[in-house]
Amino acid sequence: MTTTPDTLRVTVQRGTAAALRRETFDVPAYENQTVLDVVTWIQQMADPTLSYRFACRVGMCGSCAMMVNGVPRWTCRTHVKKVAADGELDIAPLRNLPVIKDLAADMDPFFDKWVAAEARLHPSAGRDEAFDPVTSQEPARAEADLGIECINCGICYAACDTVAGNPDYLGPAALQRAWTLLNDSRDADRDGILAAVSGKGGCHNCHSMGSCAQYCPNDLNPMRAIAGLKRETVRAAWGRKRDA
Amino acid sequence: MLDLRLYMAQRLSALVMTPLVLGHIAVMIYAIQGGLSTAEILGRTQGSLLWFLFYGAFVIAVSIHAAIGLRVIAHEWGGLKGRTLDGLMWAVGAGLLALGARAVLAVTLP
Repeated sequence: MTTTPDTLRVTVQRGTAAALRRETFDVPAYENQTVLDVVTWIQQMADPTLSYRFACRVGMCGSCAMMVNGVPRWTCRTHVKKVAADGELDIAPLRNLPVIKDLAADMDPFFDKWVAAEARLHPSAGRDEAFDPVTSQEPARAEADLGIECINCGICYAACDTVAGNPDYLGPAALQRAWTLLNDSRDADRDGILAAVSGKGGCHNCHSMGSCAQYCPNDLNPMRAIAGLKRETVRAAWGRKRDA
Repeated sequence: MLDLRLYMAQRLSALVMTPLVLGHIAVMIYAIQGGLSTAEILGRTQGSLLWFLFYGAFVIAVSIHAAIGLRVIAHEWGGLKGRTLDGLMWAVGAGLLALGARAVLAVTLP
Protein backbone atom coordinates (compact mmCIF):
# COMPACT_ATOMS: atom_id res chain seq x y z
CA MET A 1 0.00 0.00 0.00
CA THR A 2 1.36 3.42 -0.97
CA THR A 3 1.32 6.27 1.48
CA THR A 4 -0.10 9.61 0.40
CA PRO A 5 1.84 12.71 1.46
CA ASP A 6 -0.10 15.09 3.73
CA THR A 7 0.37 18.04 1.43
CA LEU A 8 1.01 18.59 -2.24
CA ARG A 9 3.54 21.17 -3.34
CA VAL A 10 1.79 22.93 -6.22
CA THR A 11 3.46 25.49 -8.48
CA VAL A 12 1.04 27.58 -10.53
CA GLN A 13 1.78 29.96 -13.39
CA ARG A 14 0.26 33.34 -12.54
CA GLY A 15 -0.23 36.69 -14.22
CA THR A 16 -0.81 37.92 -17.75
CA ALA A 17 1.45 37.61 -20.77
CA ALA A 18 3.05 40.95 -19.87
CA ALA A 19 4.26 39.68 -16.48
CA LEU A 20 4.30 35.92 -15.91
CA ARG A 21 5.42 34.50 -12.58
CA ARG A 22 5.17 31.21 -10.70
CA GLU A 23 3.70 30.84 -7.23
CA THR A 24 3.86 27.83 -4.98
CA PHE A 25 1.04 26.63 -2.73
CA ASP A 26 0.82 23.84 -0.17
CA VAL A 27 -2.45 22.01 -0.78
CA PRO A 28 -3.88 19.24 1.44
CA ALA A 29 -3.57 15.84 -0.21
CA TYR A 30 -6.48 13.42 -0.28
CA GLU A 31 -6.85 9.81 -1.32
CA ASN A 32 -9.14 10.75 -4.21
CA GLN A 33 -8.35 14.08 -5.78
CA THR A 34 -8.24 15.47 -9.30
CA VAL A 35 -5.94 18.22 -10.55
CA LEU A 36 -9.04 20.42 -10.96
CA ASP A 37 -9.85 19.82 -7.26
CA VAL A 38 -6.38 21.10 -6.40
CA VAL A 39 -6.79 24.25 -8.52
CA THR A 40 -10.23 24.85 -7.01
CA TRP A 41 -8.83 24.44 -3.47
CA ILE A 42 -6.18 27.07 -4.19
CA GLN A 43 -8.79 29.52 -5.47
CA GLN A 44 -11.26 28.93 -2.64
CA MET A 45 -8.86 28.54 0.29
CA ALA A 46 -5.59 30.29 -0.59
CA ASP A 47 -5.96 32.94 -3.28
CA PRO A 48 -9.39 33.95 -4.66
CA THR A 49 -7.75 35.98 -7.45
CA LEU A 50 -6.61 32.80 -9.23
CA SER A 51 -8.24 32.63 -12.68
CA TYR A 52 -8.97 29.32 -14.35
CA ARG A 53 -11.68 27.76 -16.48
CA PHE A 54 -13.97 24.77 -15.96
CA ALA A 55 -17.62 23.86 -16.38
CA CYS A 56 -18.87 20.26 -16.37
CA ARG A 57 -16.24 18.51 -14.16
CA VAL A 58 -17.01 15.18 -15.87
CA GLY A 59 -14.93 15.27 -19.06
CA MET A 60 -17.61 16.45 -21.45
CA CYS A 61 -17.22 20.20 -21.95
CA GLY A 62 -13.50 20.42 -22.73
CA SER A 63 -12.91 23.68 -20.88
CA CYS A 64 -10.55 22.69 -18.02
CA ALA A 65 -7.49 21.57 -20.01
CA MET A 66 -4.15 22.79 -18.60
CA MET A 67 -0.49 21.84 -18.66
CA VAL A 68 0.16 19.52 -15.72
CA ASN A 69 3.84 18.76 -15.05
CA GLY A 70 4.53 19.82 -18.63
CA VAL A 71 1.87 17.60 -20.21
CA PRO A 72 -1.52 18.80 -21.53
CA ARG A 73 -4.35 17.13 -19.62
CA TRP A 74 -8.07 17.44 -18.91
CA THR A 75 -7.72 18.37 -15.25
CA CYS A 76 -11.20 17.24 -14.15
CA ARG A 77 -10.46 13.63 -15.12
CA THR A 78 -6.80 13.57 -14.11
CA HIS A 79 -6.14 12.06 -10.71
CA VAL A 80 -3.28 13.65 -8.81
CA LYS A 81 -1.97 10.24 -7.77
CA LYS A 82 -1.45 9.27 -11.41
CA VAL A 83 0.59 12.34 -12.38
CA ALA A 84 2.32 13.42 -9.16
CA ALA A 85 3.58 10.37 -7.32
CA ASP A 86 6.11 12.53 -5.45
CA GLY A 87 3.47 15.05 -4.38
CA GLU A 88 4.69 17.83 -6.66
CA LEU A 89 2.51 19.49 -9.28
CA ASP A 90 3.38 22.16 -11.81
CA ILE A 91 0.28 23.69 -13.41
CA ALA A 92 0.28 26.14 -16.32
CA PRO A 93 -2.16 27.32 -19.00
CA LEU A 94 -2.37 25.34 -22.26
CA ARG A 95 0.71 25.58 -24.46
CA ASN A 96 0.66 27.17 -27.93
CA LEU A 97 -2.06 29.66 -26.94
CA PRO A 98 -1.87 33.24 -25.59
CA VAL A 99 -2.43 33.63 -21.84
CA ILE A 100 -5.38 35.74 -20.70
CA LYS A 101 -4.59 35.47 -17.00
CA ASP A 102 -3.18 32.77 -14.74
CA LEU A 103 -4.45 29.38 -15.99
CA ALA A 104 -6.95 30.74 -18.52
CA ALA A 105 -5.60 30.49 -22.07
CA ASP A 106 -7.10 32.50 -24.91
CA MET A 107 -8.86 29.90 -27.10
CA ASP A 108 -9.61 32.37 -29.95
CA PRO A 109 -6.74 31.27 -32.24
CA PHE A 110 -7.79 27.65 -31.72
CA PHE A 111 -11.42 28.26 -32.77
CA ASP A 112 -10.49 30.75 -35.52
CA LYS A 113 -8.60 27.88 -37.12
CA TRP A 114 -11.68 25.63 -37.02
CA VAL A 115 -13.41 28.26 -39.15
CA ALA A 116 -10.36 28.65 -41.41
CA ALA A 117 -10.32 24.87 -41.99
CA GLU A 118 -14.01 25.00 -43.05
CA ALA A 119 -14.58 22.68 -40.10
CA ARG A 120 -18.26 23.59 -39.90
CA LEU A 121 -21.28 21.91 -41.45
CA HIS A 122 -22.24 23.09 -44.92
CA PRO A 123 -25.86 21.90 -45.05
CA SER A 124 -26.89 19.82 -48.04
CA ALA A 125 -30.62 20.18 -47.33
CA GLY A 126 -33.03 22.67 -45.82
CA ARG A 127 -35.02 21.98 -42.66
CA ASP A 128 -38.08 20.82 -44.59
CA GLU A 129 -36.19 18.47 -46.90
CA ALA A 130 -35.26 14.87 -46.24
CA PHE A 131 -31.64 14.33 -45.20
CA ASP A 132 -29.33 11.37 -45.66
CA PRO A 133 -29.86 8.78 -42.97
CA VAL A 134 -26.68 7.96 -41.07
CA THR A 135 -25.76 4.29 -41.23
CA SER A 136 -22.73 3.17 -39.29
CA GLN A 137 -22.00 0.36 -41.77
CA GLU A 138 -21.01 2.71 -44.56
CA PRO A 139 -17.15 3.03 -44.71
CA ALA A 140 -17.10 6.85 -44.96
CA ARG A 141 -19.47 7.11 -42.00
CA ALA A 142 -17.35 4.68 -39.99
CA GLU A 143 -14.31 6.87 -40.71
CA ALA A 144 -16.20 10.00 -39.61
CA ASP A 145 -17.39 8.24 -36.45
CA LEU A 146 -13.76 7.73 -35.36
CA GLY A 147 -13.35 11.47 -34.92
CA ILE A 148 -16.69 12.88 -33.83
CA GLU A 149 -16.20 12.52 -30.08
CA CYS A 150 -13.89 15.55 -30.00
CA ILE A 151 -14.78 17.86 -27.09
CA ASN A 152 -12.73 20.85 -28.36
CA CYS A 153 -10.51 20.85 -25.27
CA GLY A 154 -7.42 22.01 -27.17
CA ILE A 155 -5.12 19.35 -25.67
CA CYS A 156 -3.97 18.10 -29.09
CA TYR A 157 -3.30 21.68 -30.15
CA ALA A 158 -1.19 22.25 -27.03
CA ALA A 159 0.64 18.96 -27.53
CA CYS A 160 1.45 19.61 -31.20
CA ASP A 161 5.09 20.54 -31.85
CA THR A 162 4.22 21.56 -35.41
CA VAL A 163 1.86 24.22 -34.04
CA ALA A 164 4.65 25.33 -31.70
CA GLY A 165 7.05 25.84 -34.61
CA ASN A 166 4.55 27.02 -37.21
CA PRO A 167 1.87 29.30 -35.71
CA ASP A 168 -0.15 29.38 -38.96
CA TYR A 169 -0.70 25.60 -38.90
CA LEU A 170 -4.40 24.84 -38.43
CA GLY A 171 -3.68 22.11 -35.88
CA PRO A 172 -5.00 18.60 -35.21
CA ALA A 173 -8.47 19.40 -33.85
CA ALA A 174 -9.60 21.65 -36.70
CA LEU A 175 -8.22 19.27 -39.32
CA GLN A 176 -9.84 16.27 -37.71
CA ARG A 177 -13.17 18.09 -37.72
CA ALA A 178 -12.69 18.91 -41.41
CA TRP A 179 -12.01 15.21 -42.02
CA THR A 180 -15.19 14.06 -40.25
CA LEU A 181 -17.23 16.54 -42.32
CA LEU A 182 -15.51 15.42 -45.51
CA ASN A 183 -16.75 11.91 -44.72
CA ASP A 184 -20.24 13.08 -43.76
CA SER A 185 -22.82 12.54 -46.51
CA ARG A 186 -24.81 15.51 -45.16
CA ASP A 187 -22.01 18.02 -45.82
CA ALA A 188 -22.29 19.77 -49.17
CA ASP A 189 -18.93 21.49 -49.62
CA ARG A 190 -16.28 18.85 -50.23
CA ASP A 191 -14.28 21.10 -52.57
CA GLY A 192 -14.40 23.97 -50.08
CA ILE A 193 -13.04 21.79 -47.26
CA LEU A 194 -10.28 20.33 -49.47
CA ALA A 195 -9.26 23.84 -50.56
CA ALA A 196 -9.29 25.13 -46.98
CA VAL A 197 -7.00 22.36 -45.70
CA SER A 198 -4.58 22.68 -48.67
CA GLY A 199 -3.38 26.23 -48.00
CA LYS A 200 -0.23 27.50 -46.31
CA GLY A 201 -1.30 26.39 -42.84
CA GLY A 202 -3.01 23.23 -44.03
CA CYS A 203 -2.75 19.50 -43.41
CA HIS A 204 0.45 19.15 -45.46
CA ASN A 205 2.44 20.81 -42.67
CA CYS A 206 1.84 17.86 -40.32
CA HIS A 207 5.03 15.91 -39.54
CA SER A 208 3.08 12.90 -38.22
CA MET A 209 4.80 13.11 -34.84
CA GLY A 210 1.65 11.82 -33.18
CA SER A 211 1.49 13.91 -30.00
CA CYS A 212 -2.17 14.66 -30.80
CA ALA A 213 -3.06 10.97 -30.69
CA GLN A 214 -0.78 10.38 -27.70
CA TYR A 215 -2.44 13.00 -25.48
CA CYS A 216 -6.07 13.11 -26.71
CA PRO A 217 -8.12 12.41 -23.56
CA ASN A 218 -10.81 10.72 -25.63
CA ASP A 219 -8.33 8.40 -27.39
CA LEU A 220 -9.03 9.93 -30.79
CA ASN A 221 -6.39 9.90 -33.52
CA PRO A 222 -6.22 13.26 -35.33
CA MET A 223 -3.00 12.12 -37.05
CA ARG A 224 -5.01 9.46 -38.87
CA ALA A 225 -7.55 12.10 -39.92
CA ILE A 226 -4.77 14.39 -41.19
CA ALA A 227 -3.23 11.51 -43.16
CA GLY A 228 -6.67 10.99 -44.69
CA LEU A 229 -6.86 14.67 -45.67
CA LYS A 230 -3.41 14.50 -47.28
CA ARG A 231 -4.55 11.46 -49.28
CA GLU A 232 -7.82 13.04 -50.41
CA THR A 233 -6.26 16.40 -51.34
CA VAL A 234 -3.65 14.64 -53.48
CA ARG A 235 -6.30 12.43 -55.06
CA ALA A 236 -8.47 15.46 -55.84
CA ALA A 237 -5.50 17.33 -57.35
CA TRP A 238 -4.64 14.40 -59.68
CA GLY A 239 -8.32 14.02 -60.57
CA ARG A 240 -8.60 17.67 -61.58
CA LYS A 241 -5.57 17.32 -63.85
CA ARG A 242 -7.05 14.25 -65.55
CA ASP A 243 -10.40 15.96 -66.06
CA ALA A 244 -8.84 19.06 -67.59
CA MET B 1 4.04 27.43 -44.99
CA LEU B 2 3.75 24.17 -46.94
CA ASP B 3 0.81 24.12 -49.31
CA LEU B 4 -0.35 21.22 -51.47
CA ARG B 5 2.01 22.15 -54.36
CA LEU B 6 5.17 22.20 -52.25
CA TYR B 7 4.07 19.01 -50.47
CA MET B 8 3.56 17.26 -53.83
CA ALA B 9 6.87 18.55 -55.19
CA GLN B 10 8.71 17.17 -52.17
CA ARG B 11 6.96 13.79 -52.28
CA LEU B 12 7.41 13.38 -56.04
CA SER B 13 11.09 14.34 -55.85
CA ALA B 14 11.51 11.74 -53.09
CA LEU B 15 9.86 9.20 -55.38
CA VAL B 16 12.40 9.98 -58.09
CA MET B 17 15.33 9.88 -55.66
CA THR B 18 14.54 6.48 -54.14
CA PRO B 19 15.66 4.27 -57.07
CA LEU B 20 18.47 6.68 -57.95
CA VAL B 21 19.94 6.50 -54.43
CA LEU B 22 19.82 2.71 -54.57
CA GLY B 23 21.44 2.73 -58.04
CA HIS B 24 24.10 5.18 -56.86
CA ILE B 25 25.04 3.04 -53.86
CA ALA B 26 24.97 -0.19 -55.86
CA VAL B 27 27.34 1.24 -58.49
CA MET B 28 29.63 2.60 -55.75
CA ILE B 29 29.95 -0.84 -54.20
CA TYR B 30 30.44 -2.45 -57.60
CA ALA B 31 32.90 0.16 -58.89
CA ILE B 32 35.39 0.00 -56.03
CA GLN B 33 35.94 -3.74 -56.42
CA GLY B 34 39.58 -4.10 -57.43
CA GLY B 35 40.54 -0.47 -56.73
CA LEU B 36 39.36 2.86 -57.93
CA SER B 37 40.95 5.47 -60.18
CA THR B 38 39.89 8.76 -61.75
CA ALA B 39 40.52 7.34 -65.19
CA GLU B 40 38.24 4.40 -64.46
CA ILE B 41 35.37 6.65 -63.31
CA LEU B 42 35.74 9.10 -66.20
CA GLY B 43 36.05 6.21 -68.63
CA ARG B 44 32.63 5.07 -67.51
CA THR B 45 30.88 8.45 -67.35
CA GLN B 46 32.41 10.63 -70.08
CA GLY B 47 30.26 10.70 -73.18
CA SER B 48 27.61 8.52 -71.52
CA LEU B 49 24.06 9.74 -72.05
CA LEU B 50 22.82 7.21 -69.49
CA TRP B 51 24.96 8.56 -66.64
CA PHE B 52 24.16 12.13 -67.71
CA LEU B 53 20.43 11.39 -67.41
CA PHE B 54 20.89 9.36 -64.20
CA TYR B 55 22.82 12.01 -62.29
CA GLY B 56 21.05 14.90 -64.04
CA ALA B 57 17.70 13.62 -62.74
CA PHE B 58 19.28 12.99 -59.34
CA VAL B 59 20.55 16.57 -59.09
CA ILE B 60 17.19 18.07 -60.09
CA ALA B 61 15.30 15.90 -57.58
CA VAL B 62 17.77 16.69 -54.78
CA SER B 63 17.58 20.43 -55.47
CA ILE B 64 13.78 20.42 -55.20
CA HIS B 65 13.62 18.04 -52.23
CA ALA B 66 16.32 19.67 -50.12
CA ALA B 67 15.15 23.22 -50.79
CA ILE B 68 11.63 22.43 -49.53
CA GLY B 69 12.94 20.46 -46.56
CA LEU B 70 15.26 23.29 -45.51
CA ARG B 71 12.34 25.71 -45.96
CA VAL B 72 10.41 23.80 -43.30
CA ILE B 73 13.36 23.78 -40.89
CA ALA B 74 14.10 27.48 -41.49
CA HIS B 75 10.48 28.34 -40.69
CA GLU B 76 9.88 26.06 -37.71
CA TRP B 77 13.30 26.35 -36.10
CA GLY B 78 14.64 29.63 -37.50
CA GLY B 79 11.44 31.66 -37.56
CA LEU B 80 11.95 32.86 -41.16
CA LYS B 81 8.78 33.96 -42.93
CA GLY B 82 7.37 35.44 -46.14
CA ARG B 83 9.80 36.63 -48.79
CA THR B 84 12.90 35.80 -46.74
CA LEU B 85 11.71 32.20 -46.48
CA ASP B 86 10.83 32.02 -50.19
CA GLY B 87 14.18 33.62 -51.05
CA LEU B 88 16.09 31.08 -48.97
CA MET B 89 14.20 28.18 -50.58
CA TRP B 90 14.91 29.37 -54.11
CA ALA B 91 18.54 30.19 -53.29
CA VAL B 92 19.13 26.71 -51.83
CA GLY B 93 17.39 25.07 -54.79
CA ALA B 94 19.25 27.13 -57.39
CA GLY B 95 22.57 26.71 -55.56
CA LEU B 96 22.27 22.92 -55.35
CA LEU B 97 21.16 22.78 -58.98
CA ALA B 98 24.13 24.89 -60.12
CA LEU B 99 26.70 22.92 -58.11
CA GLY B 100 25.18 19.58 -59.10
CA ALA B 101 24.84 20.46 -62.77
CA ARG B 102 28.47 21.62 -62.85
CA ALA B 103 29.61 18.30 -61.39
CA VAL B 104 27.43 16.24 -63.72
CA LEU B 105 28.64 18.13 -66.78
CA ALA B 106 32.26 17.85 -65.64
CA VAL B 107 32.17 14.05 -65.55
CA THR B 108 29.80 13.28 -68.41
CA LEU B 109 30.82 15.69 -71.20
CA PRO B 110 33.06 13.83 -73.65
